[in-house]
Amino acid sequence: MNYTFQFDAVFAAWPLLLKGTWNTIELSMMAMFFGLIVAVVCAWGKTGGPRPLRWIINAYIELIRNTPFLVQLYFFFFALPALGLRWSAHTAALVAMVINLGAYATEIIRAGIESIPRGQIEAGLALNLKAHKIFRHVILKPALRTVYPALTSQFILLMLSSAVVSAISADDLTSVAANLQSQTFRSFEIYIVVTVIYLALALAFSALFRVIYQRTLDYPAGR
Amino acid sequence: MRTFGLSEFLFILDAARWTVALSMIAFAGGAIGGLIIALSKTSDNRALQLLSGGFIQIFQGTPLLLQLFLVFFGAPVLGMNINPWIAAGVALILNTSAFLGEIWRGCIQAVPSGQWEAAQALSLPYVARMKYVILPQAFKIALAPTVGYMVQVIKGTSLAAIIGFAEVTRSGQIINNATFQPLIVFSVVAGIYFVLCWPLSLLAARIERKQAVALAR
Repeated sequence: MNYTFQFDAVFAAWPLLLKGTWNTIELSMMAMFFGLIVAVVCAWGKTGGPRPLRWIINAYIELIRNTPFLVQLYFFFFALPALGLRWSAHTAALVAMVINLGAYATEIIRAGIESIPRGQIEAGLALNLKAHKIFRHVILKPALRTVYPALTSQFILLMLSSAVVSAISADDLTSVAANLQSQTFRSFEIYIVVTVIYLALALAFSALFRVIYQRTLDYPAGR
Repeated sequence: MRTFGLSEFLFILDAARWTVALSMIAFAGGAIGGLIIALSKTSDNRALQLLSGGFIQIFQGTPLLLQLFLVFFGAPVLGMNINPWIAAGVALILNTSAFLGEIWRGCIQAVPSGQWEAAQALSLPYVARMKYVILPQAFKIALAPTVGYMVQVIKGTSLAAIIGFAEVTRSGQIINNATFQPLIVFSVVAGIYFVLCWPLSLLAARIERKQAVALAR
């Protein structure tokens, strides 16, 4: 192997890489936030909604889970504007990520909801709690606690698959890398650095999720 | 300008065989790699455990797209001539190995410890213990998640389009550039993936249900 690695050009571009990293973090966190809302609503609809609603939610989940994210992205970026919906690459990427995560997270949360024993809900009814309070405190919170590991690894998978949005140039970290690559021709070095950044992000997110669990969902410390 | 007709549809459908071929290569290679990873991770050898653990962490902690780029742009650096076929194949095999390895590790460890102890009590050597006692039982547990993971493999092959491999997604792009009818083109592309993936998803769910019934007895 007679190849000299030259990382100078890559590190010289650190402000761009930093910006790209931040964009990926922002995009992922927004997608996680809205995706979780979509998922909770759909999981609620799927476990307790009327039959036609359940049917629609099922169709949504199956469609999204059985087609690639890249194709969904192209659909939102190329096909929907053809119907008159105009939006930027960034918005199309965010919407595609929310819709994608929503489908996966719905199934995860539904599994959590179905693991709640019937008696617990009856106990809530016996305490005369209103329906929305039962859903929030008796069903949703313990359900999230149960499925938390599966849910957060889905979140991290989403952050990693956000690299795909570079295919429509949605100024995330991978898009920055692609631009740098065409300017400096140090493709291998650039992609090594960017891959390491993604690995660091994945570790950082899983640490963050542990803290969030302790702050929000964990049982209070024992007496 | 061309409009989307039967020949355009057939052009995309024809590319489906490359998607299927790439998926099969990725799955076959990934199954071999995954078995090695799973066995290393569950072995008593500390070095093998660390190595396989690191492999899994790296491939599950970085985007598949970047893995694809690293193989595609890295191979020429190592002095190898590479085309999108090989790059996509190698990257997908490595990625699938990591994920299947982690899934199968869980399945191997899910075999009740009494079975391990019984095999040990019979003084079966490692190979016989794995081959006749542990792996056949782990296989049953692994069936549903493995079939489910095949769906992920098929969907993952779509990323090969980005490095110019002419499978379904790439053919869709080509047709879209010629016809400017993205709605119908990408609906067809999505439809082809759905037809490939949905039966596998249903099969995985069915196996899982059957096993749940068997376990409940």
